[in-house]
Amino acid sequence: MSGDLKKISMDGLWGNNPALVQLLGLCPLLAVTGTVVNAIGLGIASTLVLLGSNLTVSAFRKFVPESVRLPIFVMIIASFVTAIELLMKAFTYELYLILGIFIPLIVTNCAIMGRADAFACKNPVKESLIDGLMMGLGFTAVLVVLGAMREALGLGVLFSDMHLLFGPMAEGWKITLVDDYPGFLFAILPPGAFVGMGLIIALKNVIDARNDARKAALNPSDGVRPERVRVTG
Amino acid sequence: MALIRTSSPHLHKASSTADVMRLVALATLPGLAAMTFFFGWGTIINVMWACLLAVGFEACIVKIRKRPLGFYLKDYSAIVTALLLGLALPPFAPWWITLVGVFVAIVIAKHLYGGLGQNPFNPAMVAYALLLVSFPVQMTSWAEPFVLTHGDSWQVLEFTQTLGAIFGSVDPALIDMYTGATPLDAMRHRGGLTTEEVWRTVPVLAEGIGAWHAVSAAYLMGGVFLIYRKVFTLHTPAAVLGSLAVISSIFYMLDPYAFADPFFHLTAGATMLGAFFIATDPVTSATSNRGKIIFGIGIGILIYVIRGWGGYPDAIAFAVLLMNLCAPFIDQYTQPRSYGHAKAKRGMKGGA
Repeated sequence: MSGDLKKISMDGLWGNNPALVQLLGLCPLLAVTGTVVNAIGLGIASTLVLLGSNLTVSAFRKFVPESVRLPIFVMIIASFVTAIELLMKAFTYELYLILGIFIPLIVTNCAIMGRADAFACKNPVKESLIDGLMMGLGFTAVLVVLGAMREALGLGVLFSDMHLLFGPMAEGWKITLVDDYPGFLFAILPPGAFVGMGLIIALKNVIDARNDARKAALNPSDGVRPERVRVTG
Repeated sequence: MALIRTSSPHLHKASSTADVMRLVALATLPGLAAMTFFFGWGTIINVMWACLLAVGFEACIVKIRKRPLGFYLKDYSAIVTALLLGLALPPFAPWWITLVGVFVAIVIAKHLYGGLGQNPFNPAMVAYALLLVSFPVQMTSWAEPFVLTHGDSWQVLEFTQTLGAIFGSVDPALIDMYTGATPLDAMRHRGGLTTEEVWRTVPVLAEGIGAWHAVSAAYLMGGVFLIYRKVFTLHTPAAVLGSLAVISSIFYMLDPYAFADPFFHLTAGATMLGAFFIATDPVTSATSNRGKIIFGIGIGILIYVIRGWGGYPDAIAFAVLLMNLCAPFIDQYTQPRSYGHAKAKRGMKGGA
């Protein structure tokens, strides 16, 4: 069982990462990752929704008729998104204003619906929870990396405005990388997000290819050599 | 089969990429000379610096891609990209603008798509559009022609001072004296003036427009030379310039107070550079002659639309990039009939 959970975690974080491999939820991913704080804010909100929806969908999986499962999933996801939206309005109002329409739009994030339909409605609660958490963290990680890239390139700073999320203690977290940075608007605009996303995916593929090559070098018999097929009786 | 009606020898040397690129580079020289004469040393410095960077980036990325270094450097394509970008940049653009631009052109717009021949967009124009969107302040401060700063005497900012201005060792305030709005800028942001009033009152139009006419004529010369040497056919440039002339004539006839005349549109900004040197890029434009005409007409119309109603005063880069995007589609519907076949394969059924 623990091996299973480990595989689920690795899938969510790396092997089947919702942003890098499944390419789901690209709309918020590309739209709000202008800064690290936006990325973390949206990442946490998406993760919480994913946790809640996976938990609920998995718990009720035996009572949901196959034919109307999608509307039911949407209702469940929408209720969690509404709750998260109200929470953000209460505690991180400024960030809520910055993220704007992309908080309600989490409902339509394919990553969440995809996990509900592909995993949670077929698996027990514990596995679904782990899956939701790891998929959410994997998504958040990509958001943060992309946000950091774009913030550093576009504005020449890192971790600006973190107090919007973490309160006054985060006021001093801002790191100025380059003084007098002229600003690189392209990185902040959506095209920069597409290019950045492409580079991150390319990086993941390079790392995967290296790992595979190393694995193949360690044990050459491991599935690399094609097996001879018996064609005679 | 048609008979060959010239005397011997009938052998042809197939022209290589390097030959074509060398000719294109050669043909930009009159334009470069005219720009230097009217706007000062900045353009030459930009072009040199861009070529240096382009060769450097090209060498690095070819090395990373594990391709033969000499072969790719010797085709001069990086140099031509750098030349076109350097000519398109404002003469006093700071050094890092060129650095970012050349990096984007060579590494992202060309090699990430698979290198020369695989790039869907014109690398120099990708870089230019990116710079224009990212650094509007630096990219829109164009140099004023010397007639506006020093009257009749040919006096431009000295070479060393221009070098210092570009590489940041000279006070930027000095440069402000030598920069101003371009004719297209003045025409676009004219407040409530009519076209005729703008021509009369704005100095860059009333006195300085000759500089743009001369630069355009120089590029036209280069373009005609390239057509004469059969580097490209007349189709694309004729379609770009023709459609731009037609559409601007229509609007000018409808309302001469609100719209500029066709001659202005053909000679201001980068129209000639775009029509002869950018739109004719064999990689990113349509392939067949009929396709080239459609491609060129699209560019001409887009130039006029973006100049007239868009957010930026000049439009060559955006128009070319948008039509680059359409080129494969145009190709699919304009495939010519192959010899020996009754009908051309066109559209979804015949194509891929």
